[in-house]
Formats: sequence, C-alpha cells, structure tokens
Amino acid sequence: MSLKLGLGLLAVFAVTEALYFHIAETEKKCFIEEIPDETMVTGNYKVQLYDPNTKGYGDYPNIGMHVEVKDPEDKVILSKLYTAEGRFTFTSNTPGEHVICLYSNSTAWYGAQLRVHLDIQAGEHAQDYAQIAQKDKLNELQLRVRQLLDQVEQIVKEQNYQRYREERFRQTSESTNSRVFYWSLAQVLVLAITGYWQMRHLRGFFEAKKLV
Amino acid sequence: MKKMLKFVTCIFFVISAKLVNSIELTFELPDNANQCFYEDFKQGKDSILEFQVVTGGQYDVDLILEDPNGKVLYKDTKKQYDSINFKTEIEGTYKACFSNEFSTFSHKIVYMDWQVGDEQENFNKAITQGTHAMSQLENYAVSIGDKLRTVDDYQTHHRLREATGRKRAEYLNERVMMWSIGQTALVIFIGIAQVYLLRSFFSDKRSRY
Repeated sequence: MSLKLGLGLLAVFAVTEALYFHIAETEKKCFIEEIPDETMVTGNYKVQLYDPNTKGYGDYPNIGMHVEVKDPEDKVILSKLYTAEGRFTFTSNTPGEHVICLYSNSTAWYGAQLRVHLDIQAGEHAQDYAQIAQKDKLNELQLRVRQLLDQVEQIVKEQNYQRYREERFRQTSESTNSRVFYWSLAQVLVLAITGYWQMRHLRGFFEAKKLV
Repeated sequence: MKKMLKFVTCIFFVISAKLVNSIELTFELPDNANQCFYEDFKQGKDSILEFQVVTGGQYDVDLILEDPNGKVLYKDTKKQYDSINFKTEIEGTYKACFSNEFSTFSHKIVYMDWQVGDEQENFNKAITQGTHAMSQLENYAVSIGDKLRTVDDYQTHHRLREATGRKRAEYLNERVMMWSIGQTALVIFIGIAQVYLLRSFFSDKRSRY
C-alpha cells in the first residue's frame, strides 16, 4: 500500500521536476543520445499550450506529440503519436548517435507556443528501481547492490563502445593519411604528365609554324 | 510492523534516488539560434549545470543563467565548456539560455547536464528518515555507487572529447578528398588552358603580319 503511494509520489516527481523548453507549434525539436548498444532509453514528456487569455501554459489533452527515434544508420526505430503526456522507451541495437525528435501534430493556425517538459534517461538511470524493488521484493541493501550492478554493467558497455569508436576514429585517421599520401603521388604524376604533354604539344606546334 | 517499516525505508530510499534529478541533453544549435531551458527549483537546492560544445566552429557558445527574478547568475560568452555550481536562493523557475547568435554560419552541437540536488545529502536525509543507521556494508555500497558515478561522469567527458576529435578527423578526411579532386581538375585545366593561350598568341601575331 505504502509502496504504491511511493510510486505515485515518484510519478509526480518525475513530471513536475523535469526540465522544460518552448517550441512553436510546428517546430521539430531533436536531441541526440550517444549510447552503446543494448542500452535502454526512456523519455517522459508533457506538453502544455500557451493560452493568451490567462497568459499562462495550460494542459490541452487534444495535442498529440510525435516521437521519432532514428538510429545511427538513419533507420527509424520508433515513430509514434502520443497524447499530450506520455512516456516512450526504446533499446538501442547499434551503438552510436540516436536522434530523438519531438513535434506536435497540431495544424497551427496561429502558431502558438508549446511548452514541453522533458526528461530523457539512458542506461541504468532509466531503470525504475521502485518497480524492481517491488517486483523482486528487495530490501534496501539488495536494491543498492542491484543498482551498483547496473552501474557497472553500463560502464562496461560504455567502454566497449569506446573501443568501437576508437576503431572508427583510427580508421578515419588512417584513411586520411593514405589519401594524403596517394594524393601527393598522384599530384606528382599529374604534374609530370601535364608538363610533358605541354612540351610535346608546343614543340609540335612551333615546328609546324616554323618558329624554331 | 517491521516489514512495514522496511517498506517505508525502501520508499524513502527510492524517492531519494529519484530526487537527484539530472538530465543530460545533447542538442543542435543552428547558426544565429538561441535555445533556452527552464527548470523549477525549490529554495536552497544545490545545482550543477555543465555544458560542452561537441562540434561546430570554434567550439564556443554563449550562456546566460538567470534566477526567477531575472538576476543573472552566470553569463559568459564564447565558452567551450564550463561547470556552474549554484545554490538556489529563491524558489521559482531558473532559466539557462544557450546562444549561438554571434555565429553566422557554424552549426553547433552542445551537450548539457543539469543536475539538481546534492546526491549525498539527499541520500543521507533519506537514511535518517528511515528506521536504522547505515551498516558498514551499506556505507560501502553507497561509496562504491558514488565512485561509479564519478567514473560514469569521466567517461561522458571523455566520450565528448573523443566525439570532437573524431568529427574533426572525419571532416578533415572529407576535405582532403574534395581538395585532391579539385586540385587535380585545376592542374589539368590550367595545363590545357596554358597551351591554348600560348598557341593563340603565336597564331594571332602570325595572322597580323
């Protein structure tokens, strides 16, 4: 019973304490999450519409929010229309930059301002420990250890991802290096060929014109 | 009864874990753009705002942090990264505005981490409100957790630095490629043009005589 209360409280905290920003009704706002693979990302959001009468932001349940998530290969892995308040979750398959875009479905007759409360958490931050504690009947210490375990796991994933990125970085550098090298060779060649062709062509021309 | 108390501690713990509200966002800041973020605070909360420019231009951005009365808590221009610690004096909405208005063409990616509340403090508060003092083991668990959070933090910073370097390298790679192609075309074009220009000089003179 009290745990339920706690969960309820938690939900309240999650929404009211979140960061917010303003967008125009038709504007699309994107955020980038650079995450390793197999990482869970959750987002909580709430949209409010500016009301010119009250000069404040009020809840309008009619507004819908499109949430679109693209993976590093530009493939859409989540595209959904939610209500004014919602929660989205996805798990990454490929490591890299995931782009999360939010935009409203309103047709914007008068371009009103929207206030978007947003909270995005990745990795072990995305875990809902209240639920875990309830489900697995863990005491405080067990829950703590469970959290530590998740933290370590996330760090391992991150380090693995770091190796992946380092490899990519190195490949880019090596590619630049070899391009510069081959280009310098190619340039010498191009210059030599051009020079040779110029000489031959002009000699032939002058001889034909009887200048030499 | 004991079980009930345990539940209560558990809830306090869980809430405390969530009270540490930290949000990390990486967003794009187009040229001449301005992006503001707001957060509601209670009085006397510790907060840390960190930012770092990942890519774009000279890796700099303007930031203004204002309290609910519009008092400027932090203002700096063309910073690459910074970490701002502040304690909220009054309750209300705090506003942080990132601006790229000085830049006319460079598009930027900015990372921001806004942390609310001191983690250790929140945790201790939760414990004292609970039913028992922390055992040695729990103390260890807490300190391991803190250390791991630091590790995570360092990893994030390292990741951002690496991203800056990597993107620069990718850009360089592309530019080397473009420049090579461009220069090859230019050399060949000039080579041919020279010859024809020279030919035309002689042909003209001859025809005039």
